[in-house]
Amino acid sequence: MSGHVFAPAAAHPRTVRGLHWFLAASVLTLMFSGFVILMAHPRLYWGKTGNDLTPAIIELPIGRNYKHGGWVGEMRTYDIFNKNGWARSLHFLAAWFLVLTGLVYLAWGIGSGHLWTHIIPRMRDFSPQRIREDFRKHLHLSALRVTGGLPYGIIQKLTYGLVLLIALPLMVLTGLTMSPAVTAAHPGLLDLFGGSQSARTIHFIVFAALVLFVIIHVSMVVLTGFKRQIRSMTIGG
Amino acid sequence: MKRAKNLLVVNRRKLITGGLATAGGLLLAGCTSKELPPTYGNILRMGDVLTYKAFRTLLPARSLAREYTHADITSSPAIGTWNPADPHQSAYNAERGSHYDRLRAAAFSDWRLTVSGKVGRPRSFSLAQLKAMPARTQITKHTCEEGWSAISEWTGVPLRSVLEAAGMLPSARFVNFFAYDDIAEGIDMFDALHPQTILAYGMNGRDLPMGHGAPLRLRVETQLGYKSVKFLERIVVKDEFDDLGKIGSLQNGWSWYVGI
Repeated sequence: MSGHVFAPAAAHPRTVRGLHWFLAASVLTLMFSGFVILMAHPRLYWGKTGNDLTPAIIELPIGRNYKHGGWVGEMRTYDIFNKNGWARSLHFLAAWFLVLTGLVYLAWGIGSGHLWTHIIPRMRDFSPQRIREDFRKHLHLSALRVTGGLPYGIIQKLTYGLVLLIALPLMVLTGLTMSPAVTAAHPGLLDLFGGSQSARTIHFIVFAALVLFVIIHVSMVVLTGFKRQIRSMTIGG
Repeated sequence: MKRAKNLLVVNRRKLITGGLATAGGLLLAGCTSKELPPTYGNILRMGDVLTYKAFRTLLPARSLAREYTHADITSSPAIGTWNPADPHQSAYNAERGSHYDRLRAAAFSDWRLTVSGKVGRPRSFSLAQLKAMPARTQITKHTCEEGWSAISEWTGVPLRSVLEAAGMLPSARFVNFFAYDDIAEGIDMFDALHPQTILAYGMNGRDLPMGHGAPLRLRVETQLGYKSVKFLERIVVKDEFDDLGKIGSLQNGWSWYVGI
């Protein structure tokens, strides 16, 4: 396999090239609208409930309504920091795209063997020698510049695997755990995450992790040859 | 009820094709059905309708929202309108506000909830009449669209009993609620007939405080807080969708259905 490292990169499969941009558009829309929603009440709690009159575990100084006991009773529904009318609708519209894209990806990824072959790390990927080599390549970006596309190294496999198979499904599940209609039908979600406010906090922590991922992901694309990377994820080759 | 029963039969293929057909139909043609909220050609409203249809198709009709114990009751901020008679509120109507003030001064003894529209016996209920009906007490979680939540004990009369007492007609599809602070909201029969959907006059074992909508508020436990209209004045039963104009959520840019 190490022979592939300096060989010309294999193109991304057409399905990956298409779905990547659907996913990117929906994730970026979800991040933006999610942040706007968070601004209405930038306090995070653990457990079943939490509100202005109960202590928060995280108070984010974004928006206005972040201090314990503050701002209760004042008009805030049409305040600039409460744009949830459109932000919530945009969030769920983008969530539909995320879910549909995710289902197509999973069906194709399992059916074609892509997930097993290229995303899920194998035991042999964890050999100290491979890990060391992959880290060395990432530290010396010039070595990465000639690759791009398949096959992925252990760092890429772990990262994409975590994002696609752990973080994004976790976002969907914690999101649904905040829904009164969904939790009425599936109260097990409340037990799984320890309450809808815990789910909301996990939703935020995973959001923060995904923002970090997007920053590093885009940085790596830029540092390893923006034009070529974009080409290999669009027209291929 | 027929609708609710049909919804219980969920077949995966029907669901997927139905969902795709709905999505496609909505995106291509817009929605003209009088059984669904209008989209006004707005893509956000189309997404709202897709979510509404999907939830009604995927989720079972009769599942109850989780109920909690007395130990779980939390403090509960009273937001939105505190007092319909106060002009400095986000929602205010001078005429209704002063009417509310007079009713409150008389401890709501003259207050009446009128029920009209698609009912066989349009009528009004005094607070004493509502309290004389079989009550339901539930300790449930109020979830605000802003992101916070609070658990309280609510006591009231199931909306279903009130609708039946007024002789709701079989053609009824939506129930709309009008409040003294000039706010109106509507729900479908699915939520209107839900056993936990009550008209609450009690909170945590006492009369409903003004900040929480005295003397009577709606509790819809399967939707977000803004559906649980405070300061109820009247109920209108309809056989087709009504966006309730400028005092409804839709024309103010908010989703009509907020199960999520």
